[in-house]
Amino acid sequence: MSEAPVTTPVAPIPVTVLTGYLGSGKTTLLNRILSEPHGKRYAVIVNEFGEIGIDNDLIVESDEEIYEMNNGCVCCTVRGDLIRVVEGLMRRPGRFDAIIVETTGLADPVPVAQTFFMDDDVRAKTRLDAVVALVDARHLPARLKDSREAEDQIAFADVVVLNKTDLVTPEELEAVERTVRAINPSARIHRTERAAVPLDAVLDRGAFDLSRALDNDPHFLDHGHPDHACGPDCDHDHDHEHHHHGHDHDHHGHAHHDHAAPADIHDLTIKSISLRAGPLNPKRFFPWIEKITQMEGPNILRLKGIIAFEDDADRYVIQGVHMIVEGDHQRAWKEDEKRESRLVFIGRDLDREKLERTFLACQA
Amino acid sequence: MPTVAPIDLDDHCLATEFLGDVPVFALASGQVVRLDHGTHRHEFHDGLLATAVTWDGKGLITGGEDGKVMRLNADGSEVTLRGPARKWVSVVAAGPQNAVAFADGKTATVLLADGNEKTFEEARTIEGLAFAPKGLRLAMARYNGVSLSFVQGSAPALDFEWKGAHNQVMFSPDGRFLVTAMQENALHGWKLDGKPGSEQRHMRMTGYPAKVKSLSWSSKGKWLASSGAPSAIVWPFASKDGPMGKAPLELGQRADTMVTCVACHPAEDLVAIGFGDGMVLAVRIADSKEALLRRPGKGPITAMAWNKPGRLLAFGSQAGDCGVVDIAG
Repeated sequence: MSEAPVTTPVAPIPVTVLTGYLGSGKTTLLNRILSEPHGKRYAVIVNEFGEIGIDNDLIVESDEEIYEMNNGCVCCTVRGDLIRVVEGLMRRPGRFDAIIVETTGLADPVPVAQTFFMDDDVRAKTRLDAVVALVDARHLPARLKDSREAEDQIAFADVVVLNKTDLVTPEELEAVERTVRAINPSARIHRTERAAVPLDAVLDRGAFDLSRALDNDPHFLDHGHPDHACGPDCDHDHDHEHHHHGHDHDHHGHAHHDHAAPADIHDLTIKSISLRAGPLNPKRFFPWIEKITQMEGPNILRLKGIIAFEDDADRYVIQGVHMIVEGDHQRAWKEDEKRESRLVFIGRDLDREKLERTFLACQA
Repeated sequence: MPTVAPIDLDDHCLATEFLGDVPVFALASGQVVRLDHGTHRHEFHDGLLATAVTWDGKGLITGGEDGKVMRLNADGSEVTLRGPARKWVSVVAAGPQNAVAFADGKTATVLLADGNEKTFEEARTIEGLAFAPKGLRLAMARYNGVSLSFVQGSAPALDFEWKGAHNQVMFSPDGRFLVTAMQENALHGWKLDGKPGSEQRHMRMTGYPAKVKSLSWSSKGKWLASSGAPSAIVWPFASKDGPMGKAPLELGQRADTMVTCVACHPAEDLVAIGFGDGMVLAVRIADSKEALLRRPGKGPITAMAWNKPGRLLAFGSQAGDCGVVDIAG
């Protein structure tokens, strides 16, 4: 419940979260966002004033403060400093059009995202637009060996910017992209050099909001599924034409057509599990998803799904972070759409067999 | 009948106070507006974040996004207590002997009247500050509790621990209790008059549907009023164990909006209650009798303060439609 329900509702301010290891190109991207003429004003929340800082931009320095919520759930964490800074910023609307949160290299993206679910005030005034992870194509294999955070950042991202592609061979790049895909099949991947990704590919994406992500890309949840062959109109991570190698667009897809192939790197601890079923019985599905997220919540980084319920004309979209799950009816199923339920889990130590079996048991 | 003198300031009002008989309104943009035979505007900050009134009631202390700490006096004179700095000053407090405290990030600084400064470092961000009513002691609210330090000397801080994030801290007027507002929808309290070395006595005050942002002690500290529910939640603190084992009063309940601000009368056991729709009620604690002070306005009430005799109530809102109520008309 919000304490301020009566004022004219103002459109929620979009928030982009930028993650990425030291040296992945975060600062370069941020400086581009702040300096290129796009007509938008950003408030940027950084952990440290580093090499960024352009006059007239609203840059707020803030110490990352992870707060565990006092509700007995160890994975219910929020960023206390964000709550405070966002509250302060939102008292003076009109100064900026969007907020960018830059996290430190080692940061866990989960508390940042959960802040936008768990704090009523933040939730009332902002919406999480996308979590963008910058990945250094050359150093990713080493990062994955020595840190869990690098993997978490990719697993959690809606958009992965695979940067410094000029520093690796085409074969290495394919392997890195396969690795990213193995960790997170539904993220949109952009290959770039010097963080030269088009800004509209990372800003104002509506990627975190599953309903909007599905409007933008109806096959969003199909990528990575062996049954799905991307058609020519598929808008999914084909943005290679933007990068400097000048791929012929017809050739776009060596990587993405085998994105379900196993990664070459064996250090991955995160995997994604895609489930499919026919129409479900809501009386079985809701208790099931509640139980799964209660029991497996700490191991679930993200979950996303479109559910078909029996005798229900509308699609139901559901998404979650650890133990937090949100769902809503999105729109009516179209005539030509197959009424099936799809659910993707990204996480650690997940029991595919059990998830699949219990999910199928929710069928009507 | 109460009469309302409105003033439209067109900006989020963060706080209002009376400096003597002069009402002042602190606005989020950084201006402080002083109503003294006309409207006077003081450009204090690029973004104002925190205010506190001095113990003698003569000065308003402010902190801002620009790192500055300022003081405004009733006559309009301005003092820069600390110049621009990089980090936001998100909390300020005033104390005895004209001491002022402010926090930016994990550091709290106390400015003493003699010009000396003392700093305190915490492991986590300091979100709330309060001076104890007796002795020069500073309470600093942060994640997992409150640190209580003597400003002078080098005695180690006392640690009042309670799991979770504490956003605001205050002492009861008699100094017997320390109370915090939390990130969860709850208050937490500690009893301070236990024997030295004895176990900490906790008070959990929960059940709020929303975060508690506004707290106010009744004149003699018998009651603690709070926002965060459809009625003002008023906890009894008169007995030696405070509200433990007792239910709070629920005053001025509304069906369709929330209490966003509370201010206890300086002499009577009476609470001014501000709501999400801009309405202000005065409710007597003894019999829950209500009087309408202001009809709903443009935005939620965010600030209220009584003048010292308790005849005038200044109020401010998120939308900037502020004013002063004369309860005697």
